[in-house]
Amino acid sequence: MALSLLNTKGCDLDRQRFTWRELVQTPISKLDDDAFTRVRIILMNGIETEAIRFSHLAARCNADLRLPLARIRRVEQHQATLVNWLLGSDHSALETTIGYEQVAIEVTASLALREPDPYLAQTFRFGLLEDFDHMYRYAALLDRLEGKDANNILQSYTDILPGRPTAVEHRAPADDLRNNYDRNQAQFLSKLHCLTLVGAEYQTHDYYMHVGPQFADPVARQLYAEIASIEEQHVTQYESLLDPGESFLEQWLLHEANECYNYYSCVEAETNHQIKAIWERMLDYELGHFQLACELFKTYKRRDPAEIVTTDLPRPIEFKSQREFVRQTLAGEVDLRANGPRYVPAADESQATVTYRCHMNSQGSPTEQVAAGYVWRPGTELNRNVGVTH
Amino acid sequence: MDEDKMGMNRTGVQMSPIDSKAMQELAPTVPEMDGEQALSELRASYITEADGLGSVPLPGTFKGVVSSGMTMLKGESPQILLDKLGERLAFERTGTRLYEALVCKCEIILDDTISLRLDDLRELRNEEQRHMLLVAEAIEELGGDPTAQTPCADLVGVEAAGLLQVVTDPRTSIGQCLHAVLTAELSDRAGWETLIALADAQGLDDMVIRFSQALETEREHLGMVETWYNESLGLSYGDVDLAASALTGARARPLNT
Repeated sequence: MALSLLNTKGCDLDRQRFTWRELVQTPISKLDDDAFTRVRIILMNGIETEAIRFSHLAARCNADLRLPLARIRRVEQHQATLVNWLLGSDHSALETTIGYEQVAIEVTASLALREPDPYLAQTFRFGLLEDFDHMYRYAALLDRLEGKDANNILQSYTDILPGRPTAVEHRAPADDLRNNYDRNQAQFLSKLHCLTLVGAEYQTHDYYMHVGPQFADPVARQLYAEIASIEEQHVTQYESLLDPGESFLEQWLLHEANECYNYYSCVEAETNHQIKAIWERMLDYELGHFQLACELFKTYKRRDPAEIVTTDLPRPIEFKSQREFVRQTLAGEVDLRANGPRYVPAADESQATVTYRCHMNSQGSPTEQVAAGYVWRPGTELNRNVGVTH
Repeated sequence: MDEDKMGMNRTGVQMSPIDSKAMQELAPTVPEMDGEQALSELRASYITEADGLGSVPLPGTFKGVVSSGMTMLKGESPQILLDKLGERLAFERTGTRLYEALVCKCEIILDDTISLRLDDLRELRNEEQRHMLLVAEAIEELGGDPTAQTPCADLVGVEAAGLLQVVTDPRTSIGQCLHAVLTAELSDRAGWETLIALADAQGLDDMVIRFSQALETEREHLGMVETWYNESLGLSYGDVDLAASALTGARARPLNT
């Protein structure tokens, strides 16, 4: 049964409290939990950190909203902590990275499949094929640096194959900007999809920027530098889909609705009972945030939130392997490039992009070097040619 | 905490045979290239241009400057000894914390399946700290600064980081922690042996005697930890000894027999 967004009160903000002990709970098992439990944890951390980021930006521009934003942001901060701390410490930074790319692939594919707007869906597929390639490059690094099999993290849900080569993903800024949706025409679901991807990609960018310098190996340092640059392009791309005509309050309402939608999706899909209880609690809190944002929307904008959101939340996000959809997209669209907001054949790229890319790659391409000749196989690429000597 | 339980470990391909088969059905179009060579080329330029991690601090006191300076003139590189003293100090300091974390865990979950006793463990912790102070004193005698972090001290911190992660993880068992501590003790023994050789090369006889006593204690630590670790796996000392003999025998056997 669908969840009524407008008619579910949720937990009152005054009753949303945590202790430090609650913030730091038993993490999931890297070995025994389903990979999609990790996918949901990473995704929700991205959604929460986007909420905090947006809230700060809104506070800088809206004196009247500062107090309610600060009150809700305090809770979002602790929600983000509780969620992100569910990842176990036995994940190396590179293994967590594999998890991040699995989110980028499986969640983006899932949203692209359901996206009603053809241009937005095309944009999601465009980004998907780039993240798909990142997975291949990082899997090569995990294998060749740490001697580990990326599939221990992926649990066979996600292919490890080249996508649109990362080396050709570098574009001039103008070629990362897309046409935004029209806030009056776009469906509610489309807006939720765009916000979800902005949040997911932003945290991926921030994560790579944070862990990249923690590696000793220059191969890893260069690889993170290169892929972090693409993640910045992706944030630029997905962010440009949002209608700049939306007021801060409208954006806030959508952010809160999106948090509800994502937690609702997690509740519906979760297989780990302990984690499911957390999703339920977080959903209850977010519904409370949404109701408060609705009240402020009515007070300051004199508008009905029902103009922005649907009464019921859309069907939840599907958390499952999208292997066939990804393969079809790969086969049909890997050679597409972007020229301004348009998707074009490789020959039609802008000169600005070609010039920029040539210079960036002129002293070598980390993503090409790390994956030179790389073919994933179960148990790492070392699981062959026994007896090879050097 | 039950380290040997069987369960729903999902990491291997056997857990998802259909998906795993699907993953391997597409032959990727990847040009044949030497991956190892490609990585080596990227690393090479950085290795060539790299500076070291940093320097060994100059002895700050007059006595130290004179004594180490004099030795330097003899070409005997006292900075190596100072660096390695710094390393041992750092390692013993971290080792003390490592044992403290293990004590904490044992206070809660230790049972009588192994012969480890909390008092023994606390004594090992205290000896690590005594060794740390012993090294600090030696550094001061040479005019060095025991509060400085030398390059090798920095590196043992990097090396030990994983060991601390293992022992402080609430999910790890005592047996799993003992494996980490065993790794530390093996490295510690080698570290003391090196330090004694370096002190001996500098003609620091008193220091050699004190360090040799510390080495003896570390050997005892190693023996105890190894025993507890083996017991945690259900092995007795005899089992391990027997296995080692069998391995030696197998290796000694001629290939054509």
